[in-house]
Amino acid sequence: MVVAAVAADETVVDSAMSSTHKPIIEVRGAVKRYGEGDASIFALAGVDLTIYPGEYVAIMGPSGSGKSTLMNILGALDNMTSGKYFLDGIEIDSMDENALSIVRGRKIGFIFQSFNLIARTTALANVELPLAYQGIKKDERRKRALKALEVVGLSDRIDHEPTELSGGQQQRVAVARALATRPALLLADEPTGALDSKSTHDLLDLFDQINAAGRTVVVITHEDDVAARAKRVVRMRDGLIISDTLNKGRVA
Amino acid sequence: MNILEIIRFATRGLGTNKLRTALTTMGIAIGVASVIILIAVGNGSSKQIQSSIDRLGTNTITIMANRGGFGRQAASRNTSSKPLTVADAVALSDATKAPDIKQVAPVASTSATCTNGTNTSTPGTFNGTWPAWFEASNTSIAKGSYFTNDDVVQGRRVAVIGNTTATDLFGTSNPIGQEIRCGGIPFTVIGTTTVKGTTGFQDGDSLVVAPLTAVQRSLTGYNSLQSIVVEAKSAKVQDFAQTEINTIMDAQHKVKNTNNRDYRTLNQASLLATSNSNSSVFTVLLGVVAAISLLVGGIGITNIMLVTVIERTREIGIRKAIGAPKGAILSQFLIEATILSLVGGGIGVIGGYIGSHFKIIGIQPVIVPSSVLLAFGVSVLIGLFFGGYPASRAASLRPIEALRHE
Repeated sequence: MVVAAVAADETVVDSAMSSTHKPIIEVRGAVKRYGEGDASIFALAGVDLTIYPGEYVAIMGPSGSGKSTLMNILGALDNMTSGKYFLDGIEIDSMDENALSIVRGRKIGFIFQSFNLIARTTALANVELPLAYQGIKKDERRKRALKALEVVGLSDRIDHEPTELSGGQQQRVAVARALATRPALLLADEPTGALDSKSTHDLLDLFDQINAAGRTVVVITHEDDVAARAKRVVRMRDGLIISDTLNKGRVA
Repeated sequence: MNILEIIRFATRGLGTNKLRTALTTMGIAIGVASVIILIAVGNGSSKQIQSSIDRLGTNTITIMANRGGFGRQAASRNTSSKPLTVADAVALSDATKAPDIKQVAPVASTSATCTNGTNTSTPGTFNGTWPAWFEASNTSIAKGSYFTNDDVVQGRRVAVIGNTTATDLFGTSNPIGQEIRCGGIPFTVIGTTTVKGTTGFQDGDSLVVAPLTAVQRSLTGYNSLQSIVVEAKSAKVQDFAQTEINTIMDAQHKVKNTNNRDYRTLNQASLLATSNSNSSVFTVLLGVVAAISLLVGGIGITNIMLVTVIERTREIGIRKAIGAPKGAILSQFLIEATILSLVGGGIGVIGGYIGSHFKIIGIQPVIVPSSVLLAFGVSVLIGLFFGGYPASRAASLRPIEALRHE
């Protein structure tokens, strides 16, 4: 999979990797339409996207391009008007809300622009929460949460509540929460949008580290320096993918 | 995800806004406490009425003249009405015609002020009667003795007085053998009655009882009696006694139309039934008022839970995004509502028990155990029911909608 990172410019990624791996994300003909009849708007106008395990993909585009809608569909937070979506080989588009909550808990780790930590709850409890919903025993849960907080470098802040942490620290707690469930996929929606440049740099380093450890990372962003850290960049406009390239000038 | 964990989330949720939690709990507590206390007051009042009726005596039937009626009906009766007389009482005493009547006591009443030197007392009841009255009216003697049939025959001016009258006239000194003047006529006190207590507004101990003949001769005259008290042999035969009274009295008073008698009878059973139905209406009214306050408390819970759900929509979205199943969200909010109503209900029950120890408008409340269960049960059900709607709304939110909520 590391091969992709140094592969030739402008190569279509799908064909380069499909022969060797089973895709983790496979979206076919994704359409998302808001409204009815003449007034309807296509947020996604038929998107095909395949992502393989271990990839580090940035999805870019101006606002209104459909990148957030795509992210919500990839994260099983929203449903499509039509199309097929397989996550780690499981068909998602036909699942009911209850089954989806299990998929979200086990397969996906979310990182949001606004952190979305539970207020008045310690960092440790926040990280433990998805594990609790999966029914993992207390001791095991504590162990995994502490480990995840160690990975993001917040071992000394486990008893702090979100309001007692800086933005960068809050986002790292969110990363720890996303990692704790050992998801197949880490989905980040504008993760650096609310961070200063130092915190942004630290967070991107953390993403590199996570990806280097073998986890698939998908980042939605409109910032070029964030996209520059990814191995593959997908550009969108008006609900369609307009380019899908490997990142030749990737910053290490 | 075990239930303890969800309870922990729920209590944390409640702890987030302590003032609101406290106010909601208080609403339910007040509702539950008022149901318990008000029903206890209703129950207490009916117990009180019943015990005072019990004190009046059982198995007794009182015959009264039907002169003092109202309206056209009373006016039409007046033409043929005959007063109650001692002859009626004598006729009722006939053991062959009235086998179920134990004894009969004619009563002539008056109001007279009694004096002992400078002390005065106006007894609420001043009766001239036969010795049978004491047993029929459930009146017993504390000190001294009853007057006898001989006293009646001889028309002796002797009197048995109640406790209040005795205290008014003699203070703490012994009244037995002393002379009092009632309406200017001297009577010798031969006994005092045991304390009866107050029946509604009437002091049962403000009482003078003297031989019928003496009272008629010196105070009321021989014309008419106030009433005739009849004691049936037992509560079982009271209905037979009633029939015998009607037969004898109809003959005595030459009543042609039994729907238009010139006398009427009152028995304890009908008094009891009336007072019971009165006090049960009272209890139901109090219960309804209390139930409304409980309902208001329930609406309070719904309101709070709705606000909580709206306020925490985003948090619900986050929880769903990180894998919370619908059931976990539903249980969390249901448990929050249930804790509110359980704690509120519990405080209400304690408050109800404490409140019922105090006299309320002169009535000692008597707790009805089923009302405690009912109030507590209803408050918990209200919590589940009214908490259920906001909870299911929360649980059914699509995560993306919840996350977009600001």
